[in-house]
Amino acid sequence: MLYFTKWKAAAIVLTALVVCLFAVPNFLPEKMVASWPKWAQRHVVLGLDLQGGSHILLEVDTKAVRKEMLETLRDDVRRVLRDARIGYTGLAVRGNSVEVRIREGANASQAQTKLGELSLPLGGILGGTGQRSLDITNEPDSLIRLSLTDPAILERVRQSVEQSIQIIERRVNELGTVEPLIQREGNDRILVQVPGLQDPTRLKEIIGKTAKLDFRMVDTSMPSEQALQGRVPPDDEILYSTSQPKTPYLIEKRVLVSGGELTDAQPGFDQRTNEPVVNFRFNTSGARKFAQATQENVGKPFAIVLDNEVISAPVIREPILGGSGQISGSFTVQSANDLSILLRAGALPAPLTIIEERTVGPGLGADSIAKGKTSSYVGAAMVIVFMIATYGLFGVFANIAVAINVAMIFGVLSLLNATLTLPGIAGIVLTVGIAVDSNVLIYERIREEVRGGRSPINAIDAGFSKALATILDSNITTFIAAAVLFYIGTGPVRGFAVTLGVGIITTVFTAFTLTRLIIATWVWWWRPQRVPI
Amino acid sequence: MRLLRIVPDDTKFDFMRFRRISFPISAMMSILAISLYFFHGLNFGIDFKGGTLIEIQSKSGPADIAKMRASLATLGLGEVQLQQFGPPEDVLIRIAEQPGGDAAQQVAVTKVRGALGTEVDYRRVEVVGPRVSTELLSYGVVGLGLAIFAILIYLWFRFEWQFALGAMIANVHDIVLTIGFMSVTQIDFDLTSIAALLTILGYSLNDTVVIYDRIREMLRRYKKMPMPDLLNASVNQTLSRSVITHVTVSLALLALLLFGGEAIHSFTATMMFGVVLVGTYTSVFIASPILIYLGVGTGRDAMTGPVQKVEKP
Repeated sequence: MLYFTKWKAAAIVLTALVVCLFAVPNFLPEKMVASWPKWAQRHVVLGLDLQGGSHILLEVDTKAVRKEMLETLRDDVRRVLRDARIGYTGLAVRGNSVEVRIREGANASQAQTKLGELSLPLGGILGGTGQRSLDITNEPDSLIRLSLTDPAILERVRQSVEQSIQIIERRVNELGTVEPLIQREGNDRILVQVPGLQDPTRLKEIIGKTAKLDFRMVDTSMPSEQALQGRVPPDDEILYSTSQPKTPYLIEKRVLVSGGELTDAQPGFDQRTNEPVVNFRFNTSGARKFAQATQENVGKPFAIVLDNEVISAPVIREPILGGSGQISGSFTVQSANDLSILLRAGALPAPLTIIEERTVGPGLGADSIAKGKTSSYVGAAMVIVFMIATYGLFGVFANIAVAINVAMIFGVLSLLNATLTLPGIAGIVLTVGIAVDSNVLIYERIREEVRGGRSPINAIDAGFSKALATILDSNITTFIAAAVLFYIGTGPVRGFAVTLGVGIITTVFTAFTLTRLIIATWVWWWRPQRVPI
Repeated sequence: MRLLRIVPDDTKFDFMRFRRISFPISAMMSILAISLYFFHGLNFGIDFKGGTLIEIQSKSGPADIAKMRASLATLGLGEVQLQQFGPPEDVLIRIAEQPGGDAAQQVAVTKVRGALGTEVDYRRVEVVGPRVSTELLSYGVVGLGLAIFAILIYLWFRFEWQFALGAMIANVHDIVLTIGFMSVTQIDFDLTSIAALLTILGYSLNDTVVIYDRIREMLRRYKKMPMPDLLNASVNQTLSRSVITHVTVSLALLALLLFGGEAIHSFTATMMFGVVLVGTYTSVFIASPILIYLGVGTGRDAMTGPVQKVEKP
């Protein structure tokens, strides 16, 4: 156990040295590191709990997605049957499906064929699953039921997540934040992590808003108060104003132009009143639709509706033909700016709900770093003193091995671009405990072998070979626990699992190679007559 | 220089005789811990219960908790707890989960921010909605179960089944007692606590495996030594290592406990209890003597190899 070939010794020292060197960028100023090649720049990333920032988990509202799909399906059924001139009745959304009754039984099979075209194969170009978007069944009395299949809903939710991620990215980037992380979590969730934010309120407003903007007509055929009494016409709905007090408006469900047809939106000021406003411009088709609608409705009010709230309901004084306009309505400079950001980035395909938020202010983060450092230094100092008191020279060897071990942990963490969290620091401190244990196991075994009457070199040799098997066994169990933690944990807990796991690997490496090499070198130089422990 | 020797050479404590005391004590403690869990309960943090946690720091001297409590009480948020957190400027506010799903939690935070205004620094805001908290709890429980199972399988491969079973009984015992400790102290039970429990599991097994390793070695070497003597010898031979290791781990934990700050306080306190107190006791007084009952080493004289499958006595 104590004999190393030159090559082997060199390989061990080199490995340890290289791994340790990867830790170096963490301790140098950023400017200095910036000029290095990319692979050498890898460093440990501070977790949000240490550098401050917001972690926000959003979920796509699957119910809303399904509702919208069903409503679209209902409209499609109406269009198909009308185009085919098939009489129908009782077209409605029921539960997870759309139902329609064909007036004349003779037309039922033709209707089914036509409606069958609405069911599309799933899976896009790959399309090998054979699943379709709809289940169409014939019920008695010429009733046709079109149900959304689960894969179809799942597919749409997935698409919604993808689109939402792009839109959120655009919105967050407009805020000018550094290195935001936006990624999918599971099937219907999006994780947004933004470091270094003092107050996430604005961030949440920006990413949480659906920002669905519609231009619709106000129904002036009856006052909104009368409609509120319970007689809302079927093609209308009651929407309230964004401004206080909340005024009800009777708004047509039909959309003249939607926000999707905007090409640009910028904050500005009204030239007369000097109030903050949002200036917008439509694309060609939007401009044409808007021009036509305003031409037909001069003198009537229309409403600008954002997420089912009326921002303003101005009267059309003259046709707007140029394709650009202005939204005014009790904005502040910031809210006008935010609305422009939202309109430029586009609407979310489905509403998102914040289901988890964790924000740490920069002050707490800095405190945590300081506390982590203090406790690490104090812990290390106590362990070093205790080891020297217990094992003397061998204690010094152990301390050297443990110090290299810690440096290697930082090296590996840098290499992995791992995130260091406060529990992660605790993990490193605990690893020091494990690393020390591997040395204790070896030394105690050597002591025993000496007591058993072996010569010093013999005892050291036997001590190593017997202790190493135990070290491997005992560390694998802790490693299993760390692996499970990594698998189930999120955020800080995962950070703990990573440092613990990496620490175990470096500990086993050090025990098997470096500690052995250090003591072998010592034996080779000193040819000891007795073991000093 | 004389070196420190905490444990003298060649100790001959009769650990196995203690099993007549340690087993009943452990059984009683476990029952006590389980009943504590059911009747006293754990202080579930927002990770598992849902709700909001806000840590604030007063910008002007020590925080006036009474005044803050009064102003938050008017918001109609149900149960709101305020508590000093470390230095007198820092206050931890806990708001129970609001009825009305995920969005309602966000409304609560906005209300609190409105009520406390700009007099304070918001050091930490954590909001966990009802669905996430349910998921996190099930992940935690599944994770713990998975870890125990994976380790059991590993030990079964590496040792005989009796060892795997013995280690398992010992470590479930550790977890149960630690949960009892968490119930008594009402330490926040959150994701970090699951991390603590898993680490305790890992450490405690680490210890048990070191002693089992020695027992296996002794079984191969002394084929005629009576089992209690053999176990005693194994524990005594590894005693010095156990003590030294636990002193170093305790030193590291002590540093974390004293200087690590409030955020990891409950984590280190739990670890201190689980690793240092329970873990050590278990590997010596439970994990080793239980091998006698599990039938390790009976009828060794008749065999040539180490431990093999043995007829039940």
